[in-house]
Amino acid sequence: MIHSLFRRTGLAVPFILAALASTPAHAGKTLDAIKQRGNIQCGVSTGVAGFSLPDSKGVWSGLDVDFCRGIAAAVLGDPNKVNFVPLNPQQRFSALQSGEVDLLARNTTWSLSRDASLGLSFTGVNYYDGQGFLVPKKLKLTSAKQLKNAEICVQSGTTNEKNLADYFRAQNIKIKPVVFEGFEASFKAFFSGRCQAYTTDISGLAGVRNKEAKNPDDYVILPEVISKEPLGPAVRRGDDEWFAIVRWTAFALIEAEEYGITKANVVSLKDSKDPNIGRLLGSTEDSGKLLGLDREWAFRAVKAVGNYGEIFARNVGPDSVLKLPRGLNNLWNKGGILYAPPIR
Amino acid sequence: MVSILGVLLAWLGHNVLDNMRERGIRAGFDFLFDPAGFEIGEGILSYDAAQPLWRAFAMGILNTLRVAIPSIVIATLLGSLIGLGRLSTTPSLRKLCGFCVESLRNIPLLLQLLMWYFALTSLLPDASDAISPLPGVLISKGGLFLPAWSCVGGGCSWNLPHLEGFGIEGGWSLSPEYLAVLTALSLYSAVFIAEIVRGGIQSVSAGQIAAAQALGMRPLQILRHITIPLALRAIVPALTNQFLNLSKNSSLAVAVGYPELVSIANTSINQSGRAFECIVIVMAVYLTLSLITALLMNLYNARVALRGAK
Repeated sequence: MIHSLFRRTGLAVPFILAALASTPAHAGKTLDAIKQRGNIQCGVSTGVAGFSLPDSKGVWSGLDVDFCRGIAAAVLGDPNKVNFVPLNPQQRFSALQSGEVDLLARNTTWSLSRDASLGLSFTGVNYYDGQGFLVPKKLKLTSAKQLKNAEICVQSGTTNEKNLADYFRAQNIKIKPVVFEGFEASFKAFFSGRCQAYTTDISGLAGVRNKEAKNPDDYVILPEVISKEPLGPAVRRGDDEWFAIVRWTAFALIEAEEYGITKANVVSLKDSKDPNIGRLLGSTEDSGKLLGLDREWAFRAVKAVGNYGEIFARNVGPDSVLKLPRGLNNLWNKGGILYAPPIR
Repeated sequence: MVSILGVLLAWLGHNVLDNMRERGIRAGFDFLFDPAGFEIGEGILSYDAAQPLWRAFAMGILNTLRVAIPSIVIATLLGSLIGLGRLSTTPSLRKLCGFCVESLRNIPLLLQLLMWYFALTSLLPDASDAISPLPGVLISKGGLFLPAWSCVGGGCSWNLPHLEGFGIEGGWSLSPEYLAVLTALSLYSAVFIAEIVRGGIQSVSAGQIAAAQALGMRPLQILRHITIPLALRAIVPALTNQFLNLSKNSSLAVAVGYPELVSIANTSINQSGRAFECIVIVMAVYLTLSLITALLMNLYNARVALRGAK
């Protein structure tokens, strides 16, 4: 609760900074600024299980968090040289636009309007998600189409609100959204019975059910997936060098999984005869110089956070409370759609 | 002074637009005519997601007024009663009113709001087992439902709330979000008003009362003709501040999911990405509301103020 007080008062700060800065920003070299500062400012959520969540000691963990750490390892040689900046949905784009963060890794959906009109560029997708519904089991619902006249709890400042309206308009079903500013207030209202359904991305539903419900078995996720939510990191427009580093670090982590390079074997694989592995880890060819980095950039990223599969398993997959299936987020040759262009 | 401020604002505005253009961010208010694309839970106007965004803002402004105006009325009435209660000659009443004031004004409004909201939604039954204290009145987690007198075409009839699907349809409804905001705002402001009323009454000099008594006026006559007119001079300016605070505090309603202006603006910022424009709209609306409130209260103040005095 105290949290939301701070969040409220912080709402306008990055916006005001963005608006009032008296000199227009030039397309500065983000990488130079990061090297000089000695850390990466990474914009994350204010607390979404599996993606970015601080523990009781303030140590952040999650898929997005590991992604930022991987980039810090690649760029600065130390995965801990990241300063995590928690942002609520309304703050996030302003914070990136104003330069408060170098990178936004905040389970943010990539869409045309965001990519084309907010002065930022999405570098790729690090989690393919979709919006769904969580309902109490006692309502005996089997489909979202049965939610006639239902009240549905949703958090404001997300793509979820619009998808919700679109989906039920297309179905010609009347529903009533109850829109909360805070994530916590939104699921608390749902668990208190204020709403018959709760909607957000399915990864979020799993987090809310498994972490926040008194008895997770009392709730079910309905089968409908009503939207495509490709979640990915974004950077400010106008710095192609930094854009390429963020994009290719993500590709390197996926490529590492494809070649079976893990956190545990990355050191021993440095001497591998496989030219693909040699190129990726910098033992034969120097792929880093094209990005303005050194040859071991990808080696350090994998050594710090593991490959994409390991990051997934640890934060949202079988080794986490969320226990989400790989689904679309598997490699292209294993039934998913993760496909990294070749690193050469 | 005003012209310096104007130049400063113009410079800031120009700078903002320049910076936004520089960074490839679209700017302007044309987005208000795009379809809103999101639903709003409650409101006075008819509205759906296909309507333009400005109409969503209108819904938000009306929802702000819908909760702020009744809160002002309730807070003033309740505050006056509590204020008078604190001056009562009955010790138990005096203590009770003192307790209300001290407990309510020392807890942050946001916490009170969340407390009322979660109390309402946790304690009330589901829509399917709604309580019906009177025929046609239903109370559930979905809110308070009352029969409404509706006229369609030529005939008028009572439109009774009834269960349909998962919710209660028909009638006249007040959502738990609305009730929580109304309760929290009214009570929180009432105790501040109580202190203003108490202070105002105590500021009336004992000599005036003694003089009235000497003239043989009865206690109620003294209250009506001497104490209240004199006290109002001290009360009204301070009351204006409370009304202004209350209107602005209604923006906290976003925390419990009441779709008032700030809630709509938050959603719009995210859907359209026009943070700057939406915040400007919110600021302009609160400024206008506050200026209107201040204007009305100043007119009233001029009526109760000492005539001829400046």
